[in-house]
Amino acid sequence: MRRKTKAKLKKGLSVVYCSLIYLFLFLPIFVIAANSFNATTTKPYLTWKGFSLMWYGKLFDNTTLLQSFGNTMAIAFASTAISVIIGTLAAVGMYKYKFKGKSVIDALLYIPVVIPEIVLGISLLTLFSNVNIPRGMITLILAHATFSIPFVVFNIRARLSGYDNSIEEASMDLGASRISTFFNITLPVLAPGIFGGGVLAFTLSIDDVIISYFTNGQTKTFPLKVMESIKSGVSPDINALSVLILLGTMAVVFITQSGILNKKDRRN
Amino acid sequence: MTKHNFRSNTLPSVIMVGPVVLWLVFFIAIPLLYVAVMSFCSIDESYNIVFRFTTVNYKRLCDINYVQIYGQSILIAVLTTIVCILLAYPFSFLIARTTSKSKAFLYMLVIIPFWTNSLIRIYGWRTFLGTSGWLNMLLMKIGLVDSPVNMLFKRGTTVLGMVYCLFPYMVLPLYTAIEKLDKSLLEASSDLGAKGPQTFFRVILPLTSSGIFSGSIMVFIPTLGYFFVSDILGGGNSDVIGNLIERQFQSGNNWPLGAALSIILIVITLLLVKLYQKCGGDMESLGV
Repeated sequence: MRRKTKAKLKKGLSVVYCSLIYLFLFLPIFVIAANSFNATTTKPYLTWKGFSLMWYGKLFDNTTLLQSFGNTMAIAFASTAISVIIGTLAAVGMYKYKFKGKSVIDALLYIPVVIPEIVLGISLLTLFSNVNIPRGMITLILAHATFSIPFVVFNIRARLSGYDNSIEEASMDLGASRISTFFNITLPVLAPGIFGGGVLAFTLSIDDVIISYFTNGQTKTFPLKVMESIKSGVSPDINALSVLILLGTMAVVFITQSGILNKKDRRN
Repeated sequence: MTKHNFRSNTLPSVIMVGPVVLWLVFFIAIPLLYVAVMSFCSIDESYNIVFRFTTVNYKRLCDINYVQIYGQSILIAVLTTIVCILLAYPFSFLIARTTSKSKAFLYMLVIIPFWTNSLIRIYGWRTFLGTSGWLNMLLMKIGLVDSPVNMLFKRGTTVLGMVYCLFPYMVLPLYTAIEKLDKSLLEASSDLGAKGPQTFFRVILPLTSSGIFSGSIMVFIPTLGYFFVSDILGGGNSDVIGNLIERQFQSGNNWPLGAALSIILIVITLLLVKLYQKCGGDMESLGV
C-alpha cells in the first residue's frame, strides 16, 4: 500500500515537473499571442486595452512587414534547395568514394555547426564587402545555404550508415546507368534523410537572426524586421503574424510528419 | 586495384564532392582566413582597412574593460550551461523513459516553441518580466510586492534568456543518450543491491555523460555570441563577447578590432572542441 502511494507521488511529481518545463517553454508564446489581440494603438503597445482582432486586419495593410515575410520565405526556399542539392551529392559522394582530404572536408563542415554564428556572420560580411557582391537577397541566400549545408550532410549521413551498396551494384549489373541508378535507387532510399535535412535547413533559415543581420544590406527578413521594431516597441501586427506563422508551421509539420512519427513510435 | 576502376570513379566523385568543396572553401575557409589576416591590420581616419602588419588590435584586447566582459561572458555561459543541465536532465529522463504512447508528441512539444522567431520570444520574456508585465501584475495582486519590481536588465535575466534559447540543444543529446540506456542494466544494479542514488551516480550518469558533454558544447559556445539576448534582456548590463564584436562591425566601424575579438571566440571554440574530443566526445552527436 505504501509503495503504491509512493509510486503515485513519484508519478505526480514528474508530471508537475514536466508541465513546469513546458510552461517555461511556452510562456513567451502565450504572451505574444495575448498581445496580438490587444486593442492598444499607442507605443510601446504594452498596456492592455481590451480584446480586438484589429491587428490581424492591420497586418494585411502593412506591406513592409508582409514584404519581409515574403523575403524570409523566398530565402528559405532558395537556400534549402541549394543546400539539399549540394548536401545530398556531398553526403553520398563522401560515403561511396575514397579520396584524399576527406577529413579536411569534414572539419570544414563542422565549423558552421560549432562556431558561434556571429563569427560566421562577420566573416561572410568581410567576404561579400571585399568581392563587391551587393548585400541583399543574393548574399542572404548564399549565407543561409552555407550554414545549412552541413546539417543536410549530417542528416543524410546518419541514414547512410545502414545503407547497402549492393543494391546499386545490382542496378548497374542489370544495365542501368550511374545516373539512372542515382535517381531511381539511391535517392528514394535516402529520401527520409534528405527530407529531414531539408526541413532542418528550412527552419534554421526562417529563424536566423545573427547571420542575416550581418549579410542583409537593405533587404529585411522577418526576424530582422522584429529586431528593428524592438527598439520602439513591437507592434501587435508583428505578434499577429508570428501567431499565424506558428499555426501554419504546426499544420504543415503535423500533416507531413504524422506518418513518420507513427512509424518511429512503432519501432520503439 | 585496376586502373580502370580508378578512372571510372574519378569523374563521379568530382561531380558529387566538387560543389561542396568549392562552397566550403569559398564561403567558410577563405572568409575565416581573411578575418584572421584582418585582425593584424588597422584602420585609417576614414575607417578604411590598412593592410600593414600590426598587433595593435591584440594589444587592445587586453584592455581591462574588455577583459571584464570576457569574464562576464564566460560566467554567463557557465551559468547557462549548468542551469540547462539541471533543468534538462530530469526532463529528458522523464520524457525518454516514458512508456506512454504520447512520447513522440511530448518530444515534439519541446521543438514547437522554436518555430516562432527567437527574437520575438525573447521580447515576449521582456514583456512578461517588465514593470507592467504579467509577473509584476500577479505579484501585486497576491500582495507579495506593493510596487512593480524591476526584473529586467540584470545578469540573471540574460542567463534566463540564454537558457530559454538553448534549452532544446541540451535536451536533444540528453534524450538520445538516455533513450539508448539499457533498462536491464538498471535492473541488474538494483538486483545487486544498489540504492537509487547509487544506481544513478554509478550506472546512469556515466552511461549518459556523452549526452551531457555534447549538450554542454552546444549550449556553452553559442552563449558567448548571442548578442541579441543580452541586448534585449540585459540592456547593456550583461554584454557577452558577441556584443563587442557586433559593435565593431556596426557602429564602431573598426573591423580589424572586431576581427581580433572574433579570433578569441574561434580559439575558445577550438579549445573546447579539443577538450570535448579528449573526453571521448563524438563529433557526429553535435551535428543534428
